[in-house]
Amino acid sequence: MANDIKLTGYRRENGRVGVRNYVVVISVDDISNAAAEGVSYLIRDVMALTHPYGRLQFGEDLELTFDTLIGTGRNPNVAAAIVVGIEPKWTDWIVDGIAETGKPVAGFSIERYGDLKTIEIASRQAMEYVQWASEIPREPIELGELMVSAKCGESDTTLGLATNPTVGRVLERMIAEGATAIFGETTEVTGGEDLIAAQAATPEVAAAFMKTFQDYQDFVISTGADLMGSQPTQGNIRGGLTTIEEKAMGNIQKMGRNPVVSVLKPAEAPQQPGLHFMDSSSAAAEMVTLCAAGGSVLHFFTTGQGNIIGNPIIPVMKLCANPLTVETMAEHIDVDLSGILRLELTLDQAADKALEAMAHTVNGRLTAAEALRHNEFVLTKLYRSA
Amino acid sequence: MAAHGAVMHEAKDDVAVVIEDLAAGTEVKVMTIEGQEVGTFSVVEDIPLGHKFATRDIAAGEEVIKYGRCIGKATQAISKGAHAHTQNIKSVRWA
Repeated sequence: MANDIKLTGYRRENGRVGVRNYVVVISVDDISNAAAEGVSYLIRDVMALTHPYGRLQFGEDLELTFDTLIGTGRNPNVAAAIVVGIEPKWTDWIVDGIAETGKPVAGFSIERYGDLKTIEIASRQAMEYVQWASEIPREPIELGELMVSAKCGESDTTLGLATNPTVGRVLERMIAEGATAIFGETTEVTGGEDLIAAQAATPEVAAAFMKTFQDYQDFVISTGADLMGSQPTQGNIRGGLTTIEEKAMGNIQKMGRNPVVSVLKPAEAPQQPGLHFMDSSSAAAEMVTLCAAGGSVLHFFTTGQGNIIGNPIIPVMKLCANPLTVETMAEHIDVDLSGILRLELTLDQAADKALEAMAHTVNGRLTAAEALRHNEFVLTKLYRSA
Repeated sequence: MAAHGAVMHEAKDDVAVVIEDLAAGTEVKVMTIEGQEVGTFSVVEDIPLGHKFATRDIAAGEEVIKYGRCIGKATQAISKGAHAHTQNIKSVRWA
């Protein structure tokens, strides 16, 4: 690393390393949100993770909801988890998935108890967890033990020139140390997909990527719609991006020169170090939620026009090189990279700056999004429920 | 303020990105992002921060090159120094 800041984090039961130490209450379904929130109101430092789904989903869509909820509970930034659902079967399904990590987890279902009794017993458990977690010390960790993720939002031309190549260099240095990284945004790489395939570690990974890419294109076509007007977004166009090809070429700079070692399903956890492509939407909150469910403990979020997203369990760092955004939305930006456009900062110097900011974030400094309570927890819904 | 007003990915690209709002008629020095000087251009329209101008005359139907790659086709002729954006460039991937 270019700086000598020692990194610290929380070493979990399964050996994974987190950079935050949360106790969460996860709702299995929409109607359990009130009870989950009830627990978080009663007990300090317990965060309710609520969402509008979880009832009458089926097939792949249900699996993705389960994978996302389980992955969120498994994330190394989570010390312990409470799961609250309307009935015991699906609640236990989530609990069992989280329990594999060895971390403390307990499930409570509302039927035959009601909200108030459920909140009481879940709160007693949450209180135990919070008091236990409050004593977990930060320990020295290595850069290569981290799993991080990267995506851009409210992109403009400054991303391809400056911010995304900076992240590419950051990921090169981290992966050289043994770290794991996730990127994705399956439709948004249209026009640069051949370059991702060319950077795949093996022909099998290249083929898996091209299939994932083509399936998403086919899905869009099957709806009878097209992505004109959505990709590039109106914000992208305002920022000077003209076509999806131009946006894609900017987007994929985040890869750096790292080989792509696997293609992940949405919310799937990488099984080896290196750079992984996750099949995902480009909607910021959906994608970051999926990365966190896959095990990312910190997200590099590059923005041009000023996307303000955060996540409840992983710090989302904002990097920006657009001088207007850095000035007008200063409270949202963690790393000002506008010096690259003025040629005051090389990409390597910018990567040093980003890594230094990351070290502070890893060690506990709140990101702008954390301080501003940007806690967007958004499940990806594949199709309508039964 | 920097001495240059626009940057390019590659010197052979067809467009440059302006790093500050430029008024029509401004003479602008263009550099690559690696710091190589490309030349001085005169913009013929107002170009907002982050938007592009053509660094050569581009004929209707021609590919527009940025990052050394085609990022779309010109839907009408784009004069050197003119604003190159959605009004005169279209994706070749989805329409």
